[in-house]
This record gives sequence, C-alpha cells and structure tokens, in this order.
Amino acid sequence: MLQGPGIVWYLGLAAFLFATGALGVLIRRNPLIVLLSLEIMLNGGNLALIAFARHAGNGAGQIFALAVMAVAASEVCVGLGLVVAINRKRLDLDVDKLSELRG
Amino acid sequence: MIIGSAGPVLVWIVWVLAGFACLASAVAVVSFSNPFYSALSLIGNLGSLAILYLLLSAEFVAAAQVLVYAGAVMVMFLFVIAYVGPRMETPWAGGPGWQSIGATLAAGALFLEIIVALGLKAGGRLKHSEHVHRTFGTPGWIGRLFLTDHLLAFEITSIVLLVAAVGGVILGSHTKRSPA
Repeated sequence: MLQGPGIVWYLGLAAFLFATGALGVLIRRNPLIVLLSLEIMLNGGNLALIAFARHAGNGAGQIFALAVMAVAASEVCVGLGLVVAINRKRLDLDVDKLSELRG
Repeated sequence: MIIGSAGPVLVWIVWVLAGFACLASAVAVVSFSNPFYSALSLIGNLGSLAILYLLLSAEFVAAAQVLVYAGAVMVMFLFVIAYVGPRMETPWAGGPGWQSIGATLAAGALFLEIIVALGLKAGGRLKHSEHVHRTFGTPGWIGRLFLTDHLLAFEITSIVLLVAAVGGVILGSHTKRSPA
C-alpha cells in the first residue's frame, strides 16, 4: 500500500466483518437485525473489493463496490417492505416463526 | 491520496483507530438487544469503513458510502424500526442452544478459513501493490469508467434499483384482499 498497512491487513479486517455478519444472520431472530448483519457482510465484501482495486491499480473493483452498494440499497428496500408488511399482518417479527410462504 | 501522502506512522494510527472502531461496532450490531442501538452502531461501522476507503484512495466510494449508506439507507432503517416499535430480543439469553453454538462455530470456521488462505498467499503477489496515478478513485475518473468500460453494469444497476423501488411500493401498498 502507500506507506501504511499492506493489503493483507485490509483483507483480514474484511474477513472478520464478513464472519461477524454471518454470525449475526445465523443467531438473531429479529428480521431487522438480520438485515443489519447482512449489511455488515456486504461491507466486508466491499472492503475486500476496494483493497484489491488499490492493490491491482485497477478501477474495476471500485465499480463493483458501487454496484454492490446499489444492490444493498435495493435489498434494504425490499427487506424493509417485507418487515412492514409482516408487521401490518400482526405476525410475530421472528424469522424462526415465519416459516410458511402462505399469506 | 490526501491522507496517503502523510507519514506512514500517521497512516498506521488512522488505520488502527478506524479498524478497531469498525470491528467494535460490527460486534455491537450483532450483540445489542435493541434494534435501534444496532442500527446506530451500524452507522459507526459504515463511517469507519469510509475512512478505510479513503486510506485505499477510493475517495468517490467513501463519499458514496457516507451519503448513500450512512445517510439514506440507515435513515430508512431507523424509520422502519421506529414504525415497528422496539422489540427487545436477548441474543445470548437462555443458555447456549445448539443453534447459537453451531452458528458461532460456522462463523469462526469461515473466518479461520479466510485467514489461513490469506496467510498462505501473503508472501507472494499480495506483497507488492501497483503504483497508482493521482486521479485514482476520484469522481471524474469513476464517472469516466462508468460511462465507457462499465456502461452495461451502470445501466443494469439502474434497472435493479427501479425493480426494487417497484417491489417496495407493492409490498408496502394497502391492498385489501379477500381471505382465500
């Protein structure tokens, strides 16, 4: 990297973020916090992409990171729409109890 | 490039601070029982990630991170959490069930796997980074890339956003259906 930490440090941080997000997705029941943990996972991926873009001196990684950001915004839009729809039907906000697709 | 031109010690200090804030807020998001606090710590996480992006000379992505993520997306999150109402949930209460033990093992295995793969590769090509020109990561450069080399990705992203917006409206609309 410039003069600071090498790319391996950034990748290790990205791995920790991804693992933490995966842990949150697996253990939490509240769909809102599952979505928040999903954001952490996506951000870990983004950090790795940007670190590799800087490492290779190539812009494609940054473009990919911006596309991931747009996809994350879409996912939040649909996910929060689902949470609001579930809440309106007076169902429990618990991903373990929401096991049926029938309305 | 602004921060990168400073001394290496300063870069390391900023990296350690931002990295620690990033890790701590990520753990906080997963372990807070109140979703409101979780969302607030995710804003801290996104902010410290933006600092790391600046260290990697990705200025436009850092700005977009703060504006799009920490601004728009998190405001929407906080709005929905306030609309749904606070629902407490204690993630570690009631003793460790098989589900949380398995989840912790899976996440730890994932982390170790990536670290081992990194350690195996760390000495080789990952050691030397390319030198980049001064415009690397600036908005003008990103914009030129988006409209030349990556035009298809740019257009498909716009379609994805449109579809998601339509989906959000359909999911949120008050349609009263007769019970089947």
